[in-house]
Amino acid sequence: MKWLNRQRALLDFALSSLRRRLGKTLGLALVYTLVVAVLASVMLFAHALRREAALVLAGTPEVLVQRLVAGRHDLIPADHLDAIRGVRGVKSAEGRLWGYLFDPAAAANYTLMVPTDRTIEPGSAVVGSGVADARGVAPGDLMSFRAHDGKLVQFRIQGVVSKESALVTADLFLVSEGDYRRLFGIPEGRFTDIVVTVRNPREVRTVAEKIDAALPDTRIILRDEILRTYESVFDWREGIVLLLLSAAILAFGIFAWEKASGLSAEERREIGILKAVGWETSDVIRLKAFEGMVVSLGAFLGGYLLAYLHVFHWGAALFEPVLKGWAVLYPDFHLTPFVDELQVATLFFFTVFPYTLANVVPIWRAATVDPDQVMR
Amino acid sequence: MPRPADLALILLALGVAALAATFADAAAGLRAAEPALAERAAQVERLGLTDLALFTEARYTRHPSQADRHAAFQDHPFAFEHFPSGALVAPPRPQGPR
Repeated sequence: MKWLNRQRALLDFALSSLRRRLGKTLGLALVYTLVVAVLASVMLFAHALRREAALVLAGTPEVLVQRLVAGRHDLIPADHLDAIRGVRGVKSAEGRLWGYLFDPAAAANYTLMVPTDRTIEPGSAVVGSGVADARGVAPGDLMSFRAHDGKLVQFRIQGVVSKESALVTADLFLVSEGDYRRLFGIPEGRFTDIVVTVRNPREVRTVAEKIDAALPDTRIILRDEILRTYESVFDWREGIVLLLLSAAILAFGIFAWEKASGLSAEERREIGILKAVGWETSDVIRLKAFEGMVVSLGAFLGGYLLAYLHVFHWGAALFEPVLKGWAVLYPDFHLTPFVDELQVATLFFFTVFPYTLANVVPIWRAATVDPDQVMR
Repeated sequence: MPRPADLALILLALGVAALAATFADAAAGLRAAEPALAERAAQVERLGLTDLALFTEARYTRHPSQADRHAAFQDHPFAFEHFPSGALVAPPRPQGPR
C-alpha cells in the first residue's frame, strides 16, 4: 500500500511538472497522437486488405493457361484444350471468355465475362453493382454498345450482382457466349484463357510444368501466384505509404528525441533541487519515466483508437483517393475488421518505449551528479 | 476533487478499456461480415474470378495477377506509368514454371 501511495505521489508530481509546460506538452502529445494514428491506419488497412484478399481469393482457379504471342497475352485456340486434357493429372480444362469493355457513356471500364455457372439469355446481361450505379440502370433497363464492326449490340439487364460481393464483382458485365463473340468479333474455337483443375492438389506444380513443356507458347498462372500477387501488392502499397511517411516520422523522431532527451536548464535545476531536498536518484528517474509514459501511452491509445475508427468505421477516408486512382468504378465496400494483435503489440512497443527511454536516459546522467553542481 | 494521479489512472483505464473494445468490436464485425465474406468467396469460385475489383482504370490494374509481365511499361519500352494505383502495384516477382 505504501509503495502504491508513493507511486501515486510520484505520478501527481509528474503531472504537475507536465502542467508547468502545458503548451509544449499538449503540442507534442497532439503531433505524437497523429503520427501514431497515421502509422496505425496504414498498418490496419493493409493487414485487413491482405486478409480479405487471401480469404476471398482462396477459391480462385487452380491453374490458368494464357497464350503469349510476341510477349503479349493472346487468344488461345481450342486445340490447346485437348492438349491440356491429355496431360496426366489434369481433371478438367475449360476455356474462359472474358475481356474489357470501355463504356463511353460512363467513361468506365467494365470486365465483360461469360459465366460458366449460369446461362444468360442472348441479349441479356447481369451487371455488377458498380456498373448499375455508374449507369443508373436496374433490371429491365437497356444498355447498348458498339460492337467491333460498329453495329449496336443491345442488352436488357437481367439482374444485378449483390452489393455484398462488390469487392470482386463491382465492374462485372456478364453476357452470353454468343453476345460476347459478336461484340468482340472473336470466332468460335478461341478463348481468352483456359482454367485447369488438377486431380491431386499436391501435383499442381508438376502438372503446370508438364503443360508448359507440352505448350511452349503459353504462360501458366497458379492460384498460389495469384494469392502471392495480392500479398506483394499490399506489402508494396504499405511500403510506399510508409516510405512517403518516413520523412515525417523521422522529423517527428528527431523532434521528440530532442524534446525528451535535451535537458533544459530549468529541468536541470529541478533535478538538483529534488536531490537537495532528499530525493533518491531512482525516484527522479521514475518521475521522468512517468512523465514520458503519460505522453507516449496517451499518444498510443489515442492514435490507435483514431486509426481503428478511421479504417473500419469512417471508410478509410484518407486512403480513398489513392485507392480510387483514376477509376470511375470503385467498389462500395467496408473493410472487414481483421486486426493482427501482434502488429498492435509491435506498434505499442515502438511508440511507448523509445520515447520513455529518451526521457529517462539524460535524467539518469543528470541525476547521478552532485546537486550542488547542477544548481549552480 | 480527485487527485491528478487518480484522474490520470482513470483516463488510462478508460483508454485501455477502449483498446479492448476495439478488439471486441473487430470480433463482432468479423462475425457480422462472415456471410458477406462467404458470398464474395462463393462468387469468386462460381465465376472463376482472379482479382479484386479495386482498381478498374486499366486492364493491368484491374487484373494484376493476369497482366503481362512488366505491365506498367507495356505500351512502349520507355512508357511511364499512367495511373496512381498502377504506381503503387508491385513489380512482378519471378514466378511459376517459366
